[in-house]
Amino acid sequence: MTATHSQIEALVRPEPVRHHVPHGPELPGHWMQVINLSVWYGARQAVEGVNMTVRPKAATAIIGPSGCGKSTFIRCLNRMHEVGAGVNRVSGQVLLDGHDIYAPSVDPVKVRRHIGMVFQRPNPFPSMSVAENVVAGLRLVSNPTKSQVDETVERCLDQAALWDEVKDKLSASGASLSGGQQQRLCIARALAVSPDVLLMDEPCSALDPIATAKIEQLIIELKRDYTIVIVTHNMQQAQRVADETAFFLAAEDRIGRLVEMAPTGQLFAHPADERTAAYVAGRFG
Amino acid sequence: MTGAVIASPYPVAPGLPFTDDSRYRRRRARSQAMAGLIAFAAFLGVSILWIILGYVTVKGAPALNLAFFTERPLPYGEVGGGIAPAITGSLMLLVVAAVLGVPIGIGAAIFLVEYGKGSIIEGVRFASDLVAGLPSIVVGVFVWAALVRNVIGNFSGLAGAVALAIIMVPIIIRTVEAVLNLVPHTLREAGLALGVPKWRVILGVVLPTARAGIVTGVVLSVARAGGETAPLLLTTLGNQFFNWDLGKPTGAIPIQLYNYAVAPYPDWHEKAWGAALVLILVVGVLSILTRVATRGSVR
Repeated sequence: MTATHSQIEALVRPEPVRHHVPHGPELPGHWMQVINLSVWYGARQAVEGVNMTVRPKAATAIIGPSGCGKSTFIRCLNRMHEVGAGVNRVSGQVLLDGHDIYAPSVDPVKVRRHIGMVFQRPNPFPSMSVAENVVAGLRLVSNPTKSQVDETVERCLDQAALWDEVKDKLSASGASLSGGQQQRLCIARALAVSPDVLLMDEPCSALDPIATAKIEQLIIELKRDYTIVIVTHNMQQAQRVADETAFFLAAEDRIGRLVEMAPTGQLFAHPADERTAAYVAGRFG
Repeated sequence: MTGAVIASPYPVAPGLPFTDDSRYRRRRARSQAMAGLIAFAAFLGVSILWIILGYVTVKGAPALNLAFFTERPLPYGEVGGGIAPAITGSLMLLVVAAVLGVPIGIGAAIFLVEYGKGSIIEGVRFASDLVAGLPSIVVGVFVWAALVRNVIGNFSGLAGAVALAIIMVPIIIRTVEAVLNLVPHTLREAGLALGVPKWRVILGVVLPTARAGIVTGVVLSVARAGGETAPLLLTTLGNQFFNWDLGKPTGAIPIQLYNYAVAPYPDWHEKAWGAALVLILVVGVLSILTRVATRGSVR
């Protein structure tokens, strides 16, 4: 009971609560659960009835052909789908560590502090240097001291496997880095606010194969500490980085649904559903 | 074996498909004529600028000396004198007008781009365009009727600054709105995804990214307001003496220029040209400074 209350507080209270230690049994890591989630863009339904459990400290891949709702779905996991034009409605529940992020008292801004996101195209802030980009989230929500800033810059760039490449140009513009470096900078920036879960929406789709390999290696490192959900159109990538894989598909009504979710090896080797088998064999999509 | 001719294994097509014909030549001539015409139009457009600049410089340069920038205008017949009260008056009016107009203009632009929805946007934009299209004398008449006649009670610098601010606001709205729309949506998403509130993303990410363009818009509006004469005649009236009191009539370069120009004395005409040159220089220096200061970011 106490644990539940303090965790709800952590989501709704005004001050950001970091490194909050709940009473009761220790969490194995941060987990998520999606219960009967449906999404509408205006009048058009985009996703229907998704149920899914996201394992703590593991990478969960979401694969499927274009238009299957996988990007829409991942944007619902930290309420990013509410950003932008149109009235985007959601029904169902998305739980972080057992607490619904769509509960009426929850502030979506706080949700995103717990559940970070990395986007398709690297989007460092062009008005900021490399170091400023890393601590942008910290600076915009709190007043970190100089030593906190320095510590965070080095730790997060190191976690994002970028420190050695940029340590001599921390004050250069974030936009001066290569595409792959920019994407790792964006990952460092997301890590700097200490999220519980990291969402990645096709993080390598704008990168060349070498940069892609570095990001994949990074994901494998990061999932020791973080819970990761990654959308990818690349089935090999899912096999390389993900512990669990979910296959989404839109039927003729153009509404995306979860077809099958299983441990990655099993999903690719022994898919239970015919459609999954056809997709992973490359017969469509 | 360089130069060796290798026989093609394929037959040659009959006739050459690339041959010039009279219709093609006619089209090419017409195309070249049109290209010449539009190049001439571009030349005319640019030469107008240089003709004005050159003429004003030639006519105005002889008037420029230290006294012109440091002394107040003297009555006709006395030798010397300058436009210093007009320069300080213009600067004061522009600073006050900017203080009034810039926050309104930038705030309205942020509302349009970040918060406004559908018909409200259309309404605000339409109203702003109407204000931009108002003849400046109408703005002057309005401020005269509203402030000079009623609230303040006499011609004053404050009324002039309000009139200039009304002229600046729609220019700022339009340019800043355009620049904010150039800031990629992905940057706003990146900020929001870090758990930063929307207003903080706008202040911390969107505005800094658009900084150069915003500054350009503000300078553009200041330059435009700096040259306005009609609304000032009806609001600040002009002043031959130094004045730092916003509640009193204040000099301004365009008013001084006008007063010198309509007088029948050749010496005053030269001073009018000098004032025109100073006005151009002030505006030119302002925009060059902004260009240099904001080099390299979104404009």
